[in-house]
Amino acid sequence: MSYRTNIVYRYDGSFQGFLCCVFQCFAQKELPCAIEPWDASQETLFPVRTVETVLEEAERVARSIPKKMSPEAYELVRTVFLSCLEEKEQKLLRFLLMGYRLGPKAVKMTSEETVHVLHKAALHLANEAHLLLGFLRFSDFGGFLAAEISPKNNVLPKIAPHFCGRFSGENFLIWDKTHKLGFIHQKTGEYRFFEADKIELPEPDETELAYRELWREFYETIAIEGRKNPKLRRTHMPMRYWPEMTEFQQEPY
Amino acid sequence: MELLKKLEILTDAAKYDVACTSSGVDRAGEPGKLGSAVAAGICHSFSADGRCISLLKVLMSNACVYNCAYCVNRRENEGRRASFTPEELCSLTMNFYRRNYIEGLFLSSAVVKSPDHTCGLMLRALQKLREDEGFRGYIHVKAIPGADPVLVERLGLYADRMSVNIELPSQKSLGLLAPEKTKETILAPMGQICQGIQENASDLARYKKAPRFVPAGQSTQMIVGASPETDRQILLLTEGLYRRYRLKRVFFSAYMPVVNHRNLPAKDTPPPLLREHRLYQADWLLRFYGFQAKEILEEEQPDFNPLLDPKCNWAVNHMEHFPVEVNRAPYEMLLRVPGIGVKSAQRIVQARRYTALDQMALKRLGVVLKRARFFLTCKGKSLSPLQTDNPLVIAGAIGEGRVFQQGLSGGEQLSLFAPQKEDKVKCLTGQI
Repeated sequence: MSYRTNIVYRYDGSFQGFLCCVFQCFAQKELPCAIEPWDASQETLFPVRTVETVLEEAERVARSIPKKMSPEAYELVRTVFLSCLEEKEQKLLRFLLMGYRLGPKAVKMTSEETVHVLHKAALHLANEAHLLLGFLRFSDFGGFLAAEISPKNNVLPKIAPHFCGRFSGENFLIWDKTHKLGFIHQKTGEYRFFEADKIELPEPDETELAYRELWREFYETIAIEGRKNPKLRRTHMPMRYWPEMTEFQQEPY
Repeated sequence: MELLKKLEILTDAAKYDVACTSSGVDRAGEPGKLGSAVAAGICHSFSADGRCISLLKVLMSNACVYNCAYCVNRRENEGRRASFTPEELCSLTMNFYRRNYIEGLFLSSAVVKSPDHTCGLMLRALQKLREDEGFRGYIHVKAIPGADPVLVERLGLYADRMSVNIELPSQKSLGLLAPEKTKETILAPMGQICQGIQENASDLARYKKAPRFVPAGQSTQMIVGASPETDRQILLLTEGLYRRYRLKRVFFSAYMPVVNHRNLPAKDTPPPLLREHRLYQADWLLRFYGFQAKEILEEEQPDFNPLLDPKCNWAVNHMEHFPVEVNRAPYEMLLRVPGIGVKSAQRIVQARRYTALDQMALKRLGVVLKRARFFLTCKGKSLSPLQTDNPLVIAGAIGEGRVFQQGLSGGEQLSLFAPQKEDKVKCLTGQI
């Protein structure tokens, strides 16, 4: 079977949208040379196909993956889609084509380059998500907790359940600056994701400032002077997380 | 006293405790209550010395009646003294936890008045935290040697992990440096906790709602470098503790001279950080790699090689086991290859079911070929760039040169024709 390869797909950037791209590949007998979201697309000389998101098509593809491959493969695809892997759509498509051909063993062939890049991206995401479980800092604005993060991967969907369980009796908000995605949880147990370009937080009150000060004091004191090791600290806690962490912030006086 | 000041004093006094892990127990959140625990543990920050900060590590009080030579809180040491009230500690923990600063509380204490009194104070704080506030985060509490077993048992029902510090690796050193502590007082609570955990396991099997006793197990720590034991002695002791008391972890703490004492290293001795590092490497070999202490350090060479990590050291001394064939070697043997860890060994075992592995594949699976290539064959072909399997040559190739250089820092490059003072002058005047 011959495929047409000199074509660029554009889709709405959602996971469903991507699944529709996969659907179109089979429907049109095409192998696109690039798949891009609308908002991040570049000028191209190749013809462009704009893929509409049709939920039935997306669901057909979504059902086929656990059926033809394995639930594990579907989970991998979903996770990698959240990652910051470059040209992830293209790489995922390549994996899916391989998976439809080989079946359940595809996801386990980790020494294969196509599969390896996905596992690596998934690991990168999982690692960042795990780090942020610890590095995320809430501020208390009178019974309302708020935190800002700026991760490389879109980890919010991965970390939100952890905080829902841990702070079930709290109103809290987590705001991902890089992906402009927010998450709100209420005491009552309701929660939702939202998209916004910007959020504004009120000024911290005195109790909040006092606890920040206490934490900074603890942080400074716990380090043993004679064992100072800035490189080790940076390895465990890369500097890109520091701006959002209370212990590295100085209050303006 | 102001809370900020107290926190500073009691943190400063607690910072030499090594354990700050929050691992070993999975506890989901409960609606309306604060806190949960994750088995893998979560690090919330890293301090300037690169150690993980996971728990709010403080002492209940630092006004100690004991006079252990190596300790900052010893009776005769002049310094500021402070104590938390259970209420203060409780509100501090809750407020730090809510802001996601910490994973829980690590509570230790100097011995105030008597071990029983101290235990009582700690018990009140934990009781308040767990029962009044409904706190479900992680709690690590130190058992105070010499305290009433009933109090230790009650502490264990509130805590996730307990630990008793064995402090020094031998009874003789203990007698010399910590005269108020004896081997028996230290091992008694350790044995009690171990037994408690085992009994609790059988209770839990029978009754679902049985209260959990120290669910994350117990740990201990010892000071390395304050007394003259060899690495082999320390490692054998460690192995014994894991077997006998089913400890989850044994921590090592490089001795940081804080006081001048005739039985201790001088105050300007640098802490033996490399030795501590090697001990941890060996500790991992004991726990996850199926090594035995007597294999890692043999009698003829009772101390670690500063240039080779313990696993490499074992491998170059046992070249008769190598090379191993990646595609066929059993998992246990793969684990013994330097450069292959638990994860990469698991990945190899999984990946080789579908395809024969070559050098590129190994790289993708996360094997550190820099070390592993001397000990492996892929599809019958050796990966080693050397023509020889002479242990000395291989040791030179995989040794940690940097460590060696660190030892020489400050020295100058030696040369057969080192420039003399006259030469320098000649250079300037243009005679050379």
